[in-house]
Amino acid sequence: MSSQMQFGIFSVSDITRDPTTGETPSEAQRIRDIVTIAKHVEEVGLDVFALGEHHNPPFFSSSPTTTLAYIGAQTERLILSTATTLITTNDPVKIAEDYAMLQHLTGGRVDLVMGRGNTGPVYPWFGQDIRQGLPLAIENYALLRELWEKDVVDWEGKFRSPLQGFTSTPRPLDGVAPFVWHGSIRTPEIAEQAAYYGDGFFANNIFWPKEHYQRLITLYRQRYAHYGHGTPEQAIVGLGGQAFMAKNSQDAVAAFRPYFDNAPVYGHGPSLEEFQELTPLTVGSPQQVVDRYAAMREHYGDYQRQLFLLDHAGLPLKTVLEQIDLLGTEVVPVLRRELAQNRPAEVPDAPTHAARVAAVYGDGPAREARPTSAGGNNLTVGGPYQDTPVAVAVTSGSAFGVAATRTGAAR
Amino acid sequence: MTRRIAVVSAGLSNPSSTRMLADRLASATVGELRERGIEATVDVIELRDLAHDITNNLLAGFAPPALEDALNRVVSADGLIAVTPIFSTSYSGLFKSFIDVIDPDALAGMPVLIGANAGTARHSLAIDYAIRPLFAYLHAEPVPTGVFAASSDWGAQADDVKPLASRIERGARELAESIARREQQEVLDPFDPDAFLGEGRSFGHLLGGLASD
Repeated sequence: MSSQMQFGIFSVSDITRDPTTGETPSEAQRIRDIVTIAKHVEEVGLDVFALGEHHNPPFFSSSPTTTLAYIGAQTERLILSTATTLITTNDPVKIAEDYAMLQHLTGGRVDLVMGRGNTGPVYPWFGQDIRQGLPLAIENYALLRELWEKDVVDWEGKFRSPLQGFTSTPRPLDGVAPFVWHGSIRTPEIAEQAAYYGDGFFANNIFWPKEHYQRLITLYRQRYAHYGHGTPEQAIVGLGGQAFMAKNSQDAVAAFRPYFDNAPVYGHGPSLEEFQELTPLTVGSPQQVVDRYAAMREHYGDYQRQLFLLDHAGLPLKTVLEQIDLLGTEVVPVLRRELAQNRPAEVPDAPTHAARVAAVYGDGPAREARPTSAGGNNLTVGGPYQDTPVAVAVTSGSAFGVAATRTGAAR
Repeated sequence: MTRRIAVVSAGLSNPSSTRMLADRLASATVGELRERGIEATVDVIELRDLAHDITNNLLAGFAPPALEDALNRVVSADGLIAVTPIFSTSYSGLFKSFIDVIDPDALAGMPVLIGANAGTARHSLAIDYAIRPLFAYLHAEPVPTGVFAASSDWGAQADDVKPLASRIERGARELAESIARREQQEVLDPFDPDAFLGEGRSFGHLLGGLASD
């Protein structure tokens, strides 16, 4: 089902001591809880659950597609996304495979947010150099796109071993790759990258003042138009956000303060009051949250996706589920109504697999990839799939890098 | 053509001898520039007033508005006068924390006059073994003279061979010459594609071999 805007939550997957009880959940408990949380997001009528990726304690989410597939099996409408997928240290071949697989298992309810991560040692753990973070993000994503778009890929780059006649399996569901957002909090090159490909741009919008994200989103929208994908207003923007609610705003402040004061990211720094003033964190009544987030489009333009960070900093499951209830019943229905008002007709709806398939095939049948008997020999025997255009399979070359300018090389 | 000098003073007391030295250095520099036909204004940044913001920036990763404003005034200045008390053999922790929240590339090429103060002249070499390397690391351009003021420089037992006033004058002259030599800086908007891609270039250039678009 298509909707103008998608709402949901995103989790960084931290396992944090509850400062009010001193209890730290076990990994087993927290992982069970995240499944309960994701299912509840669908139950209250929200659209998206996005999960982070980390490779060190106190986080559990090293393997997002495993978790998302398990959640996908227990939900029906929920879009499963990431926050973020590490495009720098993951092998783009594995990302291509894993997320195409997840697409198939969940009927296309998958998209991704690409990010570079914020944990320095992850780079050396995966054999990379943090100083190459941006070039890695650019090259790896270019390869990922190619792996999803072409049945047979010849590729040579700076960071990964070359590929000759490689086919990433399974092919994207219906021949349409997952929608991709690019996340950044300060890097104009990433806004440029999102614009270049006509992908979405996601601003996490949690930890910093809005001006930081405004500059990036303005740049992204201008460059989206520059690269010919539409008007600036037609660019696809997603925002994060952060809220804690109670019927009575004073109760919300009192309940959230110990979690804020001890939160791993901003604890022991600015006061809750300062942080609310400087960042989109809103602690108060559902109406206050509605007012704050209904105004986001005044800063960023009409947009497509709004995610909230609710499960973090040691908040217990019961509290998180109550927050999701408030979000689903008192905040999002009002936001949907308010943000629909005066939304220009040219502003696109939030991306879904169904809409993207329809955009490619119209009413016609979508691609169904059926392997040939070539047995993976893509170099000499036609294509790997019955409908792989032979010309494409034979002449496919790298779109960039050394291979793009090489002539006369073995195909 | 008006120039702007940012003065960073890391003194903790009020009144502070760090600030006294900073003010002397600033007014001497303005005077030296005027002799060269250049008008200059001075922005004084008292780090004591920003101490909580600086800590919050270190913890939360962004500068609250007052600190943001101070940082912008420092990095966009034509010259910098940086004055810190010497604590335990080096610049004060507050001074270093302020430097730490400045973009590491933002002071490249910046003419800097270093000042420092402490109880006795025994700490004076801290300018050259501690503070100067900091600015060298940042690719700033500290002038050869650093001005150190001991408590005694302000009254009895002052150095009467090379008194503080003559050292201030020498440092100020060097900074003024450095500012006068330096072409006025055009501040590039980091979110202008010409700034991060290179003029007239496109994302295709970042991709490497393909430069067609």
